[in-house]
Amino acid sequence: MWLYFLKRLGLAVIVVLIVIAVLFVMTYAIPGDPARVALGPRASEELVAEFRERIGLDRPILVQMGNFYLSLFQGDLGRDAISGEPVLRILLSQFPDTLYLVLGAVIVAVVPGILLGIMAARHRGSLLDRVTSVISVSVMSVPAFVIAIYLLLVFSIQLGWFPAIGAGEGFWDKLHRLVLPSLALGLAWIGYVARILRASILEEMNESHVRTARAFGLPENRIMYDYVLRIAILPTITVLGIGIGHMLSGAVFAEIVFARPGIGKLVFDAIISRNYPLVTGAVLLTTVFFVFVNLLADLLIAWLDPRVRHDLAG
Amino acid sequence: MTLPAEPDVTPPRPLKKPRAKGSFARLVSDPLGALGLILIAITVLGACFAFLSPWEPNALNPLDRFQGPSAAHWLGTDNLGRDLLTRVLYGAQIALTLSIGATAVALVIGVAAGLIAGYGPRWLDNLLLLIFDALKSVPTVMLALVLVTITGPSVWAVLLVVVIINAPAYGRMARTQTLAVRNAEFIDAERALGASGAWIAIRHVLPNILGPILIVAAMDIPVVVGIEAGMSFLGLGVRPPTPSWGSILFDGFSYIRESPWPVIAGGLPIIITTLGFTFLGEALRDTFDPKIAGRK
Repeated sequence: MWLYFLKRLGLAVIVVLIVIAVLFVMTYAIPGDPARVALGPRASEELVAEFRERIGLDRPILVQMGNFYLSLFQGDLGRDAISGEPVLRILLSQFPDTLYLVLGAVIVAVVPGILLGIMAARHRGSLLDRVTSVISVSVMSVPAFVIAIYLLLVFSIQLGWFPAIGAGEGFWDKLHRLVLPSLALGLAWIGYVARILRASILEEMNESHVRTARAFGLPENRIMYDYVLRIAILPTITVLGIGIGHMLSGAVFAEIVFARPGIGKLVFDAIISRNYPLVTGAVLLTTVFFVFVNLLADLLIAWLDPRVRHDLAG
Repeated sequence: MTLPAEPDVTPPRPLKKPRAKGSFARLVSDPLGALGLILIAITVLGACFAFLSPWEPNALNPLDRFQGPSAAHWLGTDNLGRDLLTRVLYGAQIALTLSIGATAVALVIGVAAGLIAGYGPRWLDNLLLLIFDALKSVPTVMLALVLVTITGPSVWAVLLVVVIINAPAYGRMARTQTLAVRNAEFIDAERALGASGAWIAIRHVLPNILGPILIVAAMDIPVVVGIEAGMSFLGLGVRPPTPSWGSILFDGFSYIRESPWPVIAGGLPIIITTLGFTFLGEALRDTFDPKIAGRK
C-alpha cells in the first residue's frame, strides 16, 4: 500500500515539476521581451535594464529556472504585473468562490447521476434504461457554456427566477446565485456518473457474493444498498476525481457567463490584460489542485476497496 | 477527456467481422444512430449549401438589427443586422472543417507516437508514456488559455489545443494495441523474412490497430466542435468577423437583454452537431466493437 502511495505521489510530483518547467518556458515563448511586456512600450531603456536585473532576467537561463522553482516552493508566485500585489494572495482571495461553484456542480452531478444510474441498472434493457442512456449521452455532449447561456436566457432573463450576475452577499443570496452556474457546470457529469454507475452495478450483480446473498433470500433492496452499491460506487469516485479537475478549469465559462468572481474569470482577464505572473500562478494552482484531486481519488479507492487494498499489499 | 473504461459486463461472444453493408443497415436501424446521421446530415448540407443564402454572412444592415424570425430572416438578425441563419450556415463550414481536420491531425500524430512507443526501444516507450500522462494531467481549459497566451488567438491555436488534448489519448491506445500485436506470429514471420521495423509497423501493425482508434476519434469530434466554439466564444479562436458558432454566441450573449434570437441561433447548431456526432459515435461503437455490442 505504501509503495503504491509513493509511486502515485511520485508521478504527481513529476507532473507538477513538468508543468512548472512548461510555464517557465512559456515566459520565454511569449513574443517580445518579458521585461518590455511587463513595463509596456513606453518604458525607457534604463528602466527595462533595471527591471531585467531586478527580476533576474540577465542571469543564465538554468539559474533563472532554478530560482523559479525555488521561489515557487517557498510559496512565492511573483507579483501581479498591474497592481503589484502578491499573486498568491490574489488567487487565494478568489479561490473560495470557484470552490463553492465546483462543490455545487458536484452535488448537481452526483445526486441525479446516482439515482439515474441505479434506476437504469435495476431496469436493464427497459424503456427507462434506454431513456436514461439517451439523456446521459445528450447532457454529456453539449458544451457547458452553451448550457450556461441557455439557462441564463430562460431562468434569469426571461423568467427572472435567478439573478443574472455576481456571487452575492450572505448565505441564502450566495446559494441562490450559485444554482444556475452549478447546474451549467455539473449537468454534463450527471451523464458520466449515471453511465459508469450503471455499468459498474451490472458487473457487480454477476459477482458470486451477490448471488449467494440472493440465494439466502435477502430482499433485493438490501442486496442493492448493502452489497452491490458499496463496491459499485467506487468507479464513480474516480470519475468525480477527474470531474472536479475539469469543472475547476471549466468554471471559466460559468464565471464569465454569470459574471461571478473566481479563478477562471481571473485568469481570463489576466490573459486579456497580458498580466503573465497572474496567468502562470492561476494555471499552476489549478494544475496542482487537479493533480491532487486525482491522486486523492485513486488513494481513496485503494483505501475503500478491500480487493484493491489486498492486491496492493500483495 | 479520458475517463476510466466502463467495465465490460457482456459474456464473451464469438468474434464475427461485420460485413460493410450489414453494418450500415444495423447502424441505421439503431434509432440513436439514425437520429445521429440525420442531425449530421442537416449540418453538412447546411455547410455545403450556405452559398444559396440571399444574404452575405458579414453584410451589415444596422436598420434591421435584433429582428426576430421572419420570412426574410428565418433565424432573425444580430446586433449589426447580419442574417443569423446565413452566419450559422457559414459557421458550419468552419466548425466541420476545423473539427474534422484537427481530429485527423491529432490522430496521425497520436498514432505515430503510439506506434513508436509500442514498437520502439523501452526507454523511448517510458519517455512517451510520461509525456502522455503529463499532458493528460493538465486541465483542458487552462492548457488552451496558456497556449493562446503564446500563440495569440487564431485557427492554429485551436488546432494546437486539439492536438495536445487528444493526441496523447490516441497515442496511449495505439501503444497498447501495438504491444498486443507486436509478438503475433504473422509479425514474427515478417521479421524472419527480413522486413524492417518501420515497414512492419506501417504495413502490418497499423491496419490491425486503427479500427478502434478511429471509432474513439469519431466520438471525439463533438468535443472538438465544443473546443472550437468555446475558444471562439472567449475570443481566443476564430477571429471576428468570420462567422464561427462560438463568436455568434458571444455576440448574442453581449446583447442577450436586447434579443434572445442571436443566442438561440448561435447555440442551436452547436447542440445539433454535438448531439449528432455523439449519437452516431455511440451507435458506431455498439455496431463495430464486438466487446460492447449487445450490452444493452
